[in-house]
Amino acid sequence: MSLVCRNGRRDSLTIRARLVDSGGGLDVEGTVTIEDGIVTGVEQGHAAPASLVLAPAFVDPHVHLRTPGREDEETIASGTAAAAAGGYCAIVAMPNTEPVVDTASVLQSLRERAREEAIVPTGFTAAISKGQRGEELTEMAELASAGALAFTDDGRPVASARLMRRALAYSAVADRPLALHCEEPTLTRGGHMHEGSVSAELGLGGWPSVAETVMVERDLALAGYEGRPVHLQHLSARGSVDAVRRARLNGVAVSAEASPHHLCATDESIRSLDANLKMNPPLRTEDDRRALVEGLVDGTIDCIGTDHAPHARHEKDVPFEEAPFGVIGLETAFAALHTHLVREGEVALAIVLERMSAGPARALGLPVPRIAVGEPANLVLLDLDAEWTVREDRFRSRSANSWLLGRTLVGAVVKTIADGRVVYDA
Amino acid sequence: MSTEARRHLLGIADLSRVDVERMLDTARALERTLDREMKKLPALRGRLVVNLFYESSTRTLASFELAAKRLSADTMTLRSSGSSVDKGESLRDTALTLGAYDPDVVVVRHPQIGAAKLVASSTDAHVVNAGDGKHQHPTQALLDLFTIREALGRLDGVSVAIVGDVLHSRVARSLVEALRLVGAEPVLVGPPTLLPRGIEEMGCAATTSMDAVADVEVVYVLRMQSERMQPGAAFVPSLREYTALYGVTPERVRPGQVVMHPGPMNRGVEIDPRVADSGASLVTTQVRSGLVVRMAVLYDLLTAPGLHVAAPALEVA
Repeated sequence: MSLVCRNGRRDSLTIRARLVDSGGGLDVEGTVTIEDGIVTGVEQGHAAPASLVLAPAFVDPHVHLRTPGREDEETIASGTAAAAAGGYCAIVAMPNTEPVVDTASVLQSLRERAREEAIVPTGFTAAISKGQRGEELTEMAELASAGALAFTDDGRPVASARLMRRALAYSAVADRPLALHCEEPTLTRGGHMHEGSVSAELGLGGWPSVAETVMVERDLALAGYEGRPVHLQHLSARGSVDAVRRARLNGVAVSAEASPHHLCATDESIRSLDANLKMNPPLRTEDDRRALVEGLVDGTIDCIGTDHAPHARHEKDVPFEEAPFGVIGLETAFAALHTHLVREGEVALAIVLERMSAGPARALGLPVPRIAVGEPANLVLLDLDAEWTVREDRFRSRSANSWLLGRTLVGAVVKTIADGRVVYDA
Repeated sequence: MSTEARRHLLGIADLSRVDVERMLDTARALERTLDREMKKLPALRGRLVVNLFYESSTRTLASFELAAKRLSADTMTLRSSGSSVDKGESLRDTALTLGAYDPDVVVVRHPQIGAAKLVASSTDAHVVNAGDGKHQHPTQALLDLFTIREALGRLDGVSVAIVGDVLHSRVARSLVEALRLVGAEPVLVGPPTLLPRGIEEMGCAATTSMDAVADVEVVYVLRMQSERMQPGAAFVPSLREYTALYGVTPERVRPGQVVMHPGPMNRGVEIDPRVADSGASLVTTQVRSGLVVRMAVLYDLLTAPGLHVAAPALEVA
C-alpha cells in the first residue's frame, strides 16, 4: 500500500443522507452503517435531510505539501488537515520540495513523517529527473519500491524530448505512470498570465495556450510511441483537451486532470491584479474554460486535481509580476465546483463527484472509494445548501493564497471519513 | 484625512470624460501662469508630495517635482538606489514607512504592473501612477490629450496613429484608453511581433501597414527600446530593418499632420531627426504640457470637490 497516514482507532457510526455513487449506479435516500471503519450496511429508502449527500470521499492527484523545506507554508499535518476539511480521503504530494524528492532516502523520510503526522492517507510522487533539472533520470525502480506512486517534474516541464522519451521507456521498469506538467518553456518565458486581450490591455507578459498544447501533443505522441501510460496535469486550454480526446481514440493510455480554478474562472478576473489569481498554467478564456467543462462531462478530463500550492503571505503581497505562481484549493474545491458548475447547470453533481474521487484514484492506481458493504469507509458527507464565505482565518492550511477569498460559496463538507476514521466533523 | 473614498490616478479607467475635461481646463488656466514673472501659486501650501521612483526618469520626475513646487507644496523624492529598497525592503513596507510622514500625494514610478495600486492600498495618501511597468502612465496620456487639444482645437473625432513597439509600451495603453474616452480614434501601427494579440479589443484598430499613417491627423511615435533587440528577445531582426519599415521619416509625414513622441527619442531609429526638429513636431510642447498637466492633476486630486464636476476647480485671475 503506497498511501501512509498516522494510526488511530477506526470509528463506528450511522449516516442518513442521499447516497450518490455513480460507480455503483447509486442515487437514493438511505442509511449507511459503519462499524470499526468498515461499511457494514447500505440500506435504501430511509427519508433523509434534503440537502445532505453522502458520496465516496475525494482523491486529490495533485497537492503541494511544501515539505521538506518550506514548512512555513505547509506541513504534512496542516496540508492533510486541509484535505480532511475538503472531503478528501487520499491526496498525492508533488516532489518539487527543497530538496526535491529524487532519492529513496528523501522519500522514505517523508513517508515516515507522514506516518506520524498525516491525518489523511497520503501518497508521494518522485521526480522524473534528478533535481528536476531535466537532465538525468532518477533511480525510478528504487524510488518505486520505496513507495513512489508516480513520477513527475511538476512545477516545470521536461523540456528535452529525448529525456521525456527515455523517461517514458524506463518507467516500465518501475511500473508507475508519469504525471506530466506540459509547458513549452521557450514560449512561456516572461509570461505572467494567459496571452490574449486581457494581457494585451494590462501589459502583462503573455503565457500562450499553445505553449501547453504543443507540449501535450509532443508528450502524447511520445507516450503512444513508447506504449506507456501518462497522466497529464492541470490542463487549461481547449487545444489540449482536443489533443487528449484524439489521442485516446488512437489508443494512447492517458488520464487528464483539470483544476477547480481552471474549470470555474477566467483571465478576465486578472484585471484586479490580485496575485492570488496568478497560477501556472494561467487562467484562460471563457472558450477554454468551456472546453474543459465539456471535457469533464464527456470524460476526456477524468480527474479534478486542486494543484493546491501554498505560498507565504508576504510572497504574494507584491506586484503581480513578482508574485510566485500558485493558489491553494483543498478546502474550497468541492464548494467552488458546486457553486460554479453544478448550481449553474453546467455539470451534473454525480459527474463532479466521480471526477473528484474514482477518476483520480484510477489514474494513479489507488483504491477506488465506494459506497458498498465490506469496503473501508472512505466517505464524504456534503450539505448542498450550506452557504459560507471564504475567509483567511478559516483555512486549516498554513497558507491563505486562495483565489476565492471573500467569495460566498454554496455547498460545504460536513464530515469526512478516511480509511474508516472520521477525520473531519464540521 | 476625510472619510470619503480617496481619489487616485492609477490609470485612465479612474477618470470619466468630464474629469478629463476638467483637468485639461485647469491645466489651461495654469498654463497662463507660466508666462508670469512670479510663477509660484499658493494653492497647495503645507501639502506634502512624495515622489517614489523605482525607475530612472528625467522628464516625469522633473515635471512632478516642479509641478508640486509651483503649487507651493513640499516635495520629497525617494529613489530605489541608495534607499532601504537597496536592502530588500518590500514595496508594501516602503509605502507603510512613507505613510508615517502623512503625505498628501504619493507619485509612484515602478517597473512592475500594479505597483501604484499596491501603494494605494497601503497609504492614506492620494496616489498618482507615474508609470507601472508596461501597464499605465495616465499623466502622460493626459498631457498628450492636452497637447493635441491645444494644437488642433478639439479631441472629438481626432485620428491618431500610434506607431512602433506597442507590446512594451505603457504610454500606448494609457493613450488608447484616453483617446477612446474623449471620442478620438486611435489606430495602432507596428511590426506583428510588437503588436500584442487581442489589443484591438481595447477599442482601436491595429495594423502592420504604415499606409495607415497617411490618413491620420496625429502621428504618435513610440520609443523603440534597444534592449528589445538583444539576443533571445529579438522581436525584430534588426533596428536597421525596423527603421526601414516603420521609421517616421519626412517622406512618411504629410503636410498638416503633427508628430508627437513621449521621449526620450532615438533619433534615426523610430524618428528621423528631420521630423523631430520640423514644424510638425510637438515634442517640446509635450514637455511643457507635462508640467501644467501634472500641476492640474495634483491640484485636482487635493482640491476638486469630487468626481464628475464639469467646472475647472481653479480660477486664475
